[in-house]
Amino acid sequence: MSETSHNPSQMTGAAMIVRALIDHGVQHLFGYPGGAVLPIYDEIFQQDAIEHILVRHEQGAGHAAEGYARSTGKPGVVLVTSGPGATNMVTPLTDALMDSIPLVCITGQVPTHLIGNDAFQECDTVGITRPCTKHNWLVRDVNDLAKVLHEAFYVATSGRPGPVVVDVPKDVQFAVGTYHPPRKSDVHISYAPRVKGDATQIRKAVALLASAKRPVIYSGGGVINSGPDAAKLLRELVDVTGFPITSTLMGLGAYPASGKNWLGMLGMHGTFEANMTMHDCDVMLCVGARFDDRITGRTDAFSPGSKKIHIDIDPSSINKNIRVDVPIIGDAGNVLGDLLQVFKAEAKKPDIKAWWQQIATWRARNSLHYKKSNDIIMPQYAIQRLFEATRGKDVYITTEVGQHQMWAAQFFGFEEPHRWMTSGGLGTMGYGLPAAIGVQVAHRDSLVIDVGGDASVQMTIQEMSTAVQHELPIKIFILNNQYMGMVRQWQQLLHGNRLSHSYTEAMPDFVKLAEAYGCVGIRAIKPGDLDGAIKEMISVKRPVLFDCRVAALENCFPMIPSGKAHNEMLLPAEAEDEATAAAFAGGKALV
Amino acid sequence: MSQPASAYFMEDRHDPSETHTLAVLVQNEPGVLARVIGLFSGRGYNIESLTVSETENQKHLSRITIVTTGTPMVIEQIKHQLDRMVPVYRVVDMTQTGRAIERELAMVKVRGVGEHRVEALRLADAFRARVIDATTESFVFEITGNTAKINQFIDLMRPLGLVEVSRTGVAAIGRGPEGM
Repeated sequence: MSETSHNPSQMTGAAMIVRALIDHGVQHLFGYPGGAVLPIYDEIFQQDAIEHILVRHEQGAGHAAEGYARSTGKPGVVLVTSGPGATNMVTPLTDALMDSIPLVCITGQVPTHLIGNDAFQECDTVGITRPCTKHNWLVRDVNDLAKVLHEAFYVATSGRPGPVVVDVPKDVQFAVGTYHPPRKSDVHISYAPRVKGDATQIRKAVALLASAKRPVIYSGGGVINSGPDAAKLLRELVDVTGFPITSTLMGLGAYPASGKNWLGMLGMHGTFEANMTMHDCDVMLCVGARFDDRITGRTDAFSPGSKKIHIDIDPSSINKNIRVDVPIIGDAGNVLGDLLQVFKAEAKKPDIKAWWQQIATWRARNSLHYKKSNDIIMPQYAIQRLFEATRGKDVYITTEVGQHQMWAAQFFGFEEPHRWMTSGGLGTMGYGLPAAIGVQVAHRDSLVIDVGGDASVQMTIQEMSTAVQHELPIKIFILNNQYMGMVRQWQQLLHGNRLSHSYTEAMPDFVKLAEAYGCVGIRAIKPGDLDGAIKEMISVKRPVLFDCRVAALENCFPMIPSGKAHNEMLLPAEAEDEATAAAFAGGKALV
Repeated sequence: MSQPASAYFMEDRHDPSETHTLAVLVQNEPGVLARVIGLFSGRGYNIESLTVSETENQKHLSRITIVTTGTPMVIEQIKHQLDRMVPVYRVVDMTQTGRAIERELAMVKVRGVGEHRVEALRLADAFRARVIDATTESFVFEITGNTAKINQFIDLMRPLGLVEVSRTGVAAIGRGPEGM
């Protein structure tokens, strides 16, 4: 070591990893140590620039990094060991790939000479993670390490963002080589995502928008990923055109829920007005969304009479599920800027008064209606009270997956982007609690709430211990109905009310569990107790598990039944009677 | 239409399938072939034929030629999915350009004596197949051509004592002076 110490660019692989993280502005690292990453942990021990957050399970590290990334726009960084450390990361990596979240995951690997020998804690990490990353690398030579790490950050954060894995064998971590700071030549020349939209296509799009009689803007997570400018431009476009706007689950907050052109979320559990507007529109502008199957319903009856404009940075999203008329490949913010400029110069606001009148009649159906109760807390009511209690506060919401997730999306109004973290594409139960940890790490003084379900939250409940250790005052607001509510809902609607294994008979006492972890436990059973309990939760500056006992059998409506189109939604008012049975094909034994 | 009880919409697609030959220029790095093949298996695309070899040593470039079938929408998806992979430089649809030459090489072993043996040799001559190994009771023919020609030759050899076939898969290149 002494002979190389005079040259500052000579260092061990482990030191290079920490150095590269610092060079990329990383301040927080989520991880779990193990045999194959000990040299890196040794380097982490000897520096102060990066704070390491110790999780309780590698999956928690992955979701925490996702929450961190979604709430900041910066990449989330994870460090885990070989073998089980790497395999435990498969779920968050897949989740991040589906939702286009930039993650850089560094995994330890057994020493190079043992690779392929079934060594202790060995697994084929690049093989296992190949389908669940945007790209991955196994670094066999310490002199390739700097280049690969820099490329990894670039690939994760550019174009359509996504997760990457850098697998580093232990001998490479020990070996000494030459480090260089990030430079342009570190990136494959074959990788060049397109950012700027084609001018001719943008002109075509403007012509369509200007001539629209029944337009709609349908925006998605791509607008959030593109950065705060994209959301601003989207808002300006809505103002300039006067068009109605709806959004996917991933896109909530890009346009404010209090905005006058807001229709609510669309899709399977979207509002009636959003789905009817999509179905009957004549021009659809899709920005940064991908016509996912939860959005479209049956594809052959999806918005049959409309011309469709699709802005997406990923060419493979174009014409994947739905044929569009004017595809524009490019970054949402960049294209929106150009499109707005052309629209302002060459078009004027079309008169769509009649269309707004039509939309008003759909809105009047009040599709988010539910029956209020004085005895039992309705889950929708709980979300509404939570929203009211946090209105105007610096609040971030994460969720688990299921009914509570849909209710949060329906009843919590998001005013800004990056405030809503949910597992949309993969639908990962257990996402929200660790994601809240990641958000709180990035925003120490903000109010971070995970809206959870009793089943989901137990999948990663061990991370409460992480929250306590790192003094992260996250609030876990559990809508506890003792069921896997969404599973039960489908069983009721589609499987003859045979509730196969969707009831949790041995529910833990969440208040005692909170105390066991060293957090605060709060329980609310009656609607009258709710506001006070929520207030208490917000005022406590420690992690809280909030056991909100809600109506056990409430279901999530409105809903597009499977195999149906947007204009065949099932509304809550109709959901009680035989219409439900009729609406679901195969729902013969419905109760 | 009747749908089974499912959270997913079960769609019947009736678009006719097409066969396309794609030329894919990739960085020759570990795992690149696994990436391409994994894409096809993971997304349920077909591979009829796949040929791969390094073509430009200096630049570490390999060329993968894939013959695939699918509806026009699926073929378009395949091209975009390939193109967005980090180590992929270019994807060219040789079928769509309409100006491509496709060739395949096959080695065909035939065993027989007497009239069958003579007939095999005569047909090989007609197909411009070369004899690259011979014993008193067998031949190995080398034949080059497009897939249809090779299929036809193999069919003809079958009753004459066909033992086994080894094929390279399709290689394709565009006509004219321009590169891909």
